[in-house]
Amino acid sequence: MITEATLKNKVTDLYKENKDRIFSNDPPEIRKLREDAFNRFLQLDFPTTRLESWKNTDLRKVLEKDYSIMFEPENGNVDLDRIFRCEVPDFDTHIISMYNGWYAYRDKPLIKLQNGTIIGSFGQAMKEYPDLVKKHYNQIAKTDINGLNALNTAYAQDGIFIYVPDGVETYKTIQMVNILDRDDNLFVQNRNLVILGKNSKMTLVHCDDSHNQHASFTNTITEVFMDEGADLKYYKLQNLNNDTSLVNSAFFHQEKDSNLATFAISLNGGLIRNDIHARLNGEGSHADVMGLYLLDKDQHVDNQVHVTHAVPNCTSNELFKGILDDHSSGVFNGHILVEKDAQHTNAFQTNRNILLNDKAMVHSKPFLEIYADDVKCSHGATVGQIDNEALFYIKSRGISEYNAKLLLMYAFAAEVINEISIQPLKDRIDDLVKKRLRGELAVCDQCVLHCKNQEQAYEFKIDMSKI
Amino acid sequence: MANTKNNILEEVTQSEYKYGFFTDIEMDTAPKGLNEDIIRFISAKKKEPEFMLNFRLKAFERWKKMTEPDWAHLNIPPIDYQEIIYYAAPKKKPKLDSLDDVDPELLETFDKLGISLDEQKRLTGVAVDAVFDSVSVKTTFQDTLKKHGIIFCSFSEAVQNHPDLVKKYMGSVVPAGDNYFAALNSAVFTDGSFCFIPAGVRCPVELSTYFRINSAGTGQFERTLIVAEEGAYVSYLEGCTAPQRDENQLHAAVVEIVALKDAEVKYSTVQNWYPGDKNGKGGVYNFVTKRGMCKGSHSKISWTQVETGSAITWKYPSCVLLGDNSIGEFYSVAVTNNRQQADTGSKMTHIGKNTKSTIISKGISAGFSNNSYRGLVKISKMAENSRNFSQCDSLLLGDKCGAHTFPYIDTQNSSSIVEHEATTSKISDDQLFYCLQRGIDTEKAIGLIVNGYAKEVLKQLPMEFAVEAQKLLAISLEGSVG
Repeated sequence: MITEATLKNKVTDLYKENKDRIFSNDPPEIRKLREDAFNRFLQLDFPTTRLESWKNTDLRKVLEKDYSIMFEPENGNVDLDRIFRCEVPDFDTHIISMYNGWYAYRDKPLIKLQNGTIIGSFGQAMKEYPDLVKKHYNQIAKTDINGLNALNTAYAQDGIFIYVPDGVETYKTIQMVNILDRDDNLFVQNRNLVILGKNSKMTLVHCDDSHNQHASFTNTITEVFMDEGADLKYYKLQNLNNDTSLVNSAFFHQEKDSNLATFAISLNGGLIRNDIHARLNGEGSHADVMGLYLLDKDQHVDNQVHVTHAVPNCTSNELFKGILDDHSSGVFNGHILVEKDAQHTNAFQTNRNILLNDKAMVHSKPFLEIYADDVKCSHGATVGQIDNEALFYIKSRGISEYNAKLLLMYAFAAEVINEISIQPLKDRIDDLVKKRLRGELAVCDQCVLHCKNQEQAYEFKIDMSKI
Repeated sequence: MANTKNNILEEVTQSEYKYGFFTDIEMDTAPKGLNEDIIRFISAKKKEPEFMLNFRLKAFERWKKMTEPDWAHLNIPPIDYQEIIYYAAPKKKPKLDSLDDVDPELLETFDKLGISLDEQKRLTGVAVDAVFDSVSVKTTFQDTLKKHGIIFCSFSEAVQNHPDLVKKYMGSVVPAGDNYFAALNSAVFTDGSFCFIPAGVRCPVELSTYFRINSAGTGQFERTLIVAEEGAYVSYLEGCTAPQRDENQLHAAVVEIVALKDAEVKYSTVQNWYPGDKNGKGGVYNFVTKRGMCKGSHSKISWTQVETGSAITWKYPSCVLLGDNSIGEFYSVAVTNNRQQADTGSKMTHIGKNTKSTIISKGISAGFSNNSYRGLVKISKMAENSRNFSQCDSLLLGDKCGAHTFPYIDTQNSSSIVEHEATTSKISDDQLFYCLQRGIDTEKAIGLIVNGYAKEVLKQLPMEFAVEAQKLLAISLEGSVG
């Protein structure tokens, strides 16, 4: 309890001491937002297991550590070449990067492309496009549901800002890379804001990586506003070292006929919490929320998915799958809320888990809350193990038990991977999952950044002709 | 059969709460309020031994430190626990020997309820232990049961005559401080049923109790304890009704079941407490803790419930599967109409190896009601090869009601399999159209479809109850169409 109070005291003191620096880019309205949010944080405090939604995720150990907080980016020693050295093979992306919580750039912090798309630093966007930011900032995120969200609103100075005007289709996939690489423990609070105009289209790949073995604590909020007919594919990859804690809250607001596909793929990480809130606010909109978590050691992943159907004729689909080994623990909490009058809703929710030993743990809570009658909603959750008969079949064909298990686990994960619609990215994630299952995905061998050197796709060395 | 169904539907179109009559019998009541003195008063009134009083006082101490649970998806108006009468007994003469000694007015009450002791005794062979505002009035079939060594009596009798058994098992499944309402019950419970099936005995009749809340401002706090020794079998029925009243009545019961090695207990409930009127005025608050412990290997406990009544239901019959190869089952139909609220479901805790559990829950909501399933399946580390299957379906009639599902799955064992599935839907237009074009009107068609929907659970009920349950289903949904 005493240590818990310490981090709270620390952020409180630092906030008061550094107000000048925190407020430096802010329009006055946002200044007020920060103050309100900070007061709310003081009331709410860091979440504890006494809260229903944090029941299975204990932050105490995370909060015990001593973190440093940066109020200004480091000057000079950002190794840009190191950041931008890799891309997914055959996959032309526009890379934007956060380095230790600050937007890293070569020339300008905020780029405006010819078609009107704006990409760059959120801090800079507050200065250059205050009206655009004010219109959507903190409109979608709920800062009163837990202390971390409130703290983020009070503290966050930088992040990524993307604006896609009406009718524009971004010709390249945008890749956001979030890198932590510092010689001490870091507490980072980022704020991303993505605004998609009418009938615009974008694919976003969001990677969280760590480049060293230091403990760090990232608390991110991503707000996404999707106007009528907008289409977003949002892939989130998490490959962090085992001392890292990441709380990632994403809020999606969908207008009429918009289409969202989001993936949360957790490959490594000490403690990962994904809070995904999708609000279907216009008729005909659709949300696919997918996730995959492959855990071992003492890792903990908590996926909280809230899908709100506010209007009629929307559809949503959730699929989360997990494989858990060693002392790892996984949490899935899906919550579909169909509001009154949201008739003709179709909402589905599935969570499947494989436990590889008796020390791993799964908590699954697929909730439905429905206030309209003409709806089709279903949910399913299973926890089980690798099918012994399938295992026997493969073994009887002369394939070792180890390889047979790999195959079956891969097949289990493939259901989520197959939903990825961009082929090169799918191949890449496919590789990562295969490597991960073999235990060959090291933390120093980070994520999508290192793939340029990858000659060809990774394959299990199993003689498939036997099957 | 077709004829019965027609009757059912006819009743549907007319009836409101048909059990809403009030019997005028002189009552022996305690003053309002809750404190140590009241507990001592209840205990003294019932001439209880020392250990009972201690149990009550300890529970009261725990209760004072607890707060009312607020996690359920319910809107519970504040309850003033000091405004409740905790003891109300019909003014009773010395022990009765035959039915003829029972107050004729009381017998009439039971007749109205459709469970005439006399008739039950003669025709159905069901032994009835009727609990009328907390004190068990008459127990039938004592003799038949005695022959088999079965003890089936009111809880207070058991306390007097079999204190050792009560002392051994009471609170062993639901401890006094288990939760707020269980603690309250443990402190002030007035009566209930006690049932003991000795080793190797298969109870030849279905045991049954009827609970009824009669006088105004009373709470009913009954406590049931069922013990099945090695290899024993019993099927137990519980029915509940309450008269129609404007104010809310509190019902906080505790049911404990212990099943030893190879024993099987089947517990069926038809709950039809007064649900309040159309605007949500009055009705019973039904806050019940029911738990069974499969203590021995190969034991089995099965809960079946049809919940149509109560303004608010907060009830989670659960099984602790301690013995290896033990089995827990839960079958439920919960209907809410008008302003009713229900948060009900089951808890299956797997501890022993090869334990199995099944949960089938069918929720039906209509009117302005809210109906939630909330359940927990917990597989502990030791529960190797355990298996659970849960299915929770909800049916919505009308667009003002809500149907919710809150399943919790906690698994710590890699050789076990847990499956949960749930759907929410309304009555399909195809089904309805089919009935309509065969000349069945909408209301009847809905009655038919709902009964078909609930069939999986209803078929688990003993014959006598199944018919009543079907009627209740139809009645509860009356007026919900359109």
